[in-house]
Amino acid sequence: MDLSAISPTLLVASLMVASTPILLASIGELVVEKSGVLNLGVEGMMIVGAICGFAAAVLTGSPMIGFLCAALGGAAISLIFAVLTQYFLSNQVATGLALTLFGLGLSALLGQSYVGIKPPTTYKLDLPLISDIPILGPILFSHDFTVYAALSLVAGVWWFLKYTRSGLILRAVGESHDAAHALGYKVVRVRVMSIMFGGACAGLGGAALSLVRVPQWTEGMTAGSGWIALAIVVFASWKPERILLGAYLFGGVAVLQLNLQAAGVSIPVEYLSMSPYLITIIVLVAMSANRAKSALNAPAALSRVFHASR
Amino acid sequence: MGGNLMKFRSILAGAALALTAASGSLADKTKVGFVYVGPVGDGGWTYEHDQARKAVVAKFGDKVETMYVESVPEGPDSERVMTDMALKGADLIFTTSFGYMDPTINVAAKFPNVKFEHATGYKMADNVSIYSARFYEGRAVQGHIAGHMTKSNIVGYIGSFPIPEVIRGINAAYIHAKDVNPDVQFKIIWAYTWFDPTKEADAAKVLIEQGADVVLQHTDSTAPQAAAQAAGNVITFGQASDMSEYGPKPRVSSIIDNWAPYYIARTQAVMDGTWSSTSTWDGIGAGMVGIGEITSAVPADVKASAEALLARLRDGSYHAFTGPVNKQDGSAWLARGETADDGTLLGMGFYVQGIDSEMPN
Repeated sequence: MDLSAISPTLLVASLMVASTPILLASIGELVVEKSGVLNLGVEGMMIVGAICGFAAAVLTGSPMIGFLCAALGGAAISLIFAVLTQYFLSNQVATGLALTLFGLGLSALLGQSYVGIKPPTTYKLDLPLISDIPILGPILFSHDFTVYAALSLVAGVWWFLKYTRSGLILRAVGESHDAAHALGYKVVRVRVMSIMFGGACAGLGGAALSLVRVPQWTEGMTAGSGWIALAIVVFASWKPERILLGAYLFGGVAVLQLNLQAAGVSIPVEYLSMSPYLITIIVLVAMSANRAKSALNAPAALSRVFHASR
Repeated sequence: MGGNLMKFRSILAGAALALTAASGSLADKTKVGFVYVGPVGDGGWTYEHDQARKAVVAKFGDKVETMYVESVPEGPDSERVMTDMALKGADLIFTTSFGYMDPTINVAAKFPNVKFEHATGYKMADNVSIYSARFYEGRAVQGHIAGHMTKSNIVGYIGSFPIPEVIRGINAAYIHAKDVNPDVQFKIIWAYTWFDPTKEADAAKVLIEQGADVVLQHTDSTAPQAAAQAAGNVITFGQASDMSEYGPKPRVSSIIDNWAPYYIARTQAVMDGTWSSTSTWDGIGAGMVGIGEITSAVPADVKASAEALLARLRDGSYHAFTGPVNKQDGSAWLARGETADDGTLLGMGFYVQGIDSEMPN
C-alpha cells in the first residue's frame, strides 16, 4: 500500500473531469423539477446526446458541432416527453421511464457504425505559465472546455432562479401551477421550455462522456449516469449550489476507488462503489424526517399533472 | 434493445428453419455459431474472433453458414444464446470468453450432437473442446520492452477479472520487466469487465496520474490507448488486436490473437466427421499468438533484444516461466532452470515475488 502515490491535486483535477457529465445532466434536471416536472428519462436523453454528439463530431471533424448536435439531440428527444406529458397529460413517471428505454434503444441503433472509431480531439485549455502553477494550474486552468461550461451553467442557473423574474415565474409554476395559471402565466409553455433545457443539458452531459471523458462510442456507455444525476437533484434538495457538491462527491468516489486500487489498498471496491447511493439514501431519510422542512425543499407541484380547465 | 432484436431475429430464423426443415435445402451446409463477449467493432478481442469467423466463411464459402451474437453477457444469459443457436441447427459453436465456461458445459449436455469449443476455460466434455492461446508469451515480450522503456519505473496494468489467464499475463510481464529493470514496480487496477471503454479510460488515467509511463491492458477496448495518447509520454501495447491506429506511439507493439487457422481446422473436422474433444493451447510458435510490429518509438537496441526474446519463445528454446521464480509470499515455485508445467499455469492464482499488490478474492 502506498497512499503517497495518490496526488491530491491530480485527484481533484480528475474528479472534476469525471463529474462533468453528471453535473451537466443534473443541473438540467434541476431546472425541469423546479418547474414541477419529474423527468425520469435523463439516462435516455444523455445517451442520445452521447451518440448524436459523437456522430456529428466524427462526421464534421469538429467537436464544437458535436456538442451543439448533442444538445439539439437531447432537446429533441425530450420534446417527445414534453408533448406527451404537457399536452396529452400522460403520467410523468411512466413516460420518463419509457423515454430512458427508448433512448437506450435508439442510440444503439444510431451508433451501430460508430463503434471503435476515434473522435476528433476536444480543445483543452493550456495557458502558458498559468496552467503550470503548482496545485491551482492542474485544478483550475488545464481542463477541456466542458468543465468550464458545466461550472458556468451551474452559476447561471443559480443566478437565473434566484435573481431573475423569469426564474421566479419558473419556480412559481413548479410550486403551484394553478396559482401561476390564475396570474396569467403560461404554465405549459414554461414547462415545455424547462424540459427542453433539461434535455439539452443531458445531451451535453452525454457528449462530455463520449467526446471527452472516454472518448469513444459504445452501446449503453452512460451506464447509469442518468440515474445518478436524478439522485443528485434530490441529494442537493433542489439547490443549484449543492448540485455541484453532489456531482463532485459522486464523481470523486468513482475516481478515488480506482486510485486506491492502483495504490494497492485492499478494501473491497464494492464498498466505495455503493457509498454515493448510501449517502443519498441517508440524506433522503434525514430530509423526510422533518416533514415541514422537506415540503419546503421539493417543488410542491412536482410530477402533478396540470390541466387548465378553469 | 440487443436482446429484443435478437429475439425477433430468432423468431424469423425459427420460421425460416421450419420452412427449410420441410424442404431440406440447407441440409448439407455446416452451421457454425459464435458467441461474442463484446461488439465485433471493439478493435480488440471480439474483433479478432470475428476476423477468424470471416476467414472460415472465406475458406469454405457455400459449404458453411455462420451466425454470431455480439455483446452477450457472461453468465446465465449466454445459455439462452447458445441454446438458441443449437436450436437453429448449429453443428459447431464457439463460445469465446472465459465466463461462458459453465453455460457451455450446461448447454452442451442438452445437445450431445452439437460440438462446442470454449475459449480460455478448463472444463471439457465429450462434445466440448477447449482452446486458448499462450498470451503470456506475448506478455513476456511486452514486459521486456516495458522494463526497458519506463523512466518512472512504474508500469500500470489494467486487469479485467482476477482469473488465471490474466494473472499469468501479469506475472509473465512482471518477470521480464524485472529482468531488465530491477527497480520496476507494477500498479494493478481491476476493471471487472472485459469491455467498458469508460472504466478502461478512467483506469488508464488514474495509473498515469500515479506515475505510470507504460500502461499494459488486459481489457479489450482502445480507450486506454486514447487516454495514453492524450497524456503524452506514455506507451501502451495493443491487446488481442494490433490497434495500430494508435501507433507509432503510444502503441509500440501488440499481442495479436490469430484464431483463423484453428477455427478453419475445427470446422473442417466437423465436416469430415473427425471432430473429437481436445484441449489446445498454442503460442507464438504455432502462430496463435502474434506480436505486432515494434514501432520506431522503441530504441533499436531494445527492439533487437525484444526480437531475440521473441525468437527464443518462438523456437521453444526458452519458456516464459523459467526458474528461479518465487511466489509473492516468498515460497519457492520454480528452481533454477525449471520451467512451469501447464497444470500450474492453467490454474495460476498467485502473483510472483516482487509484485506489490494484493490479489482480490
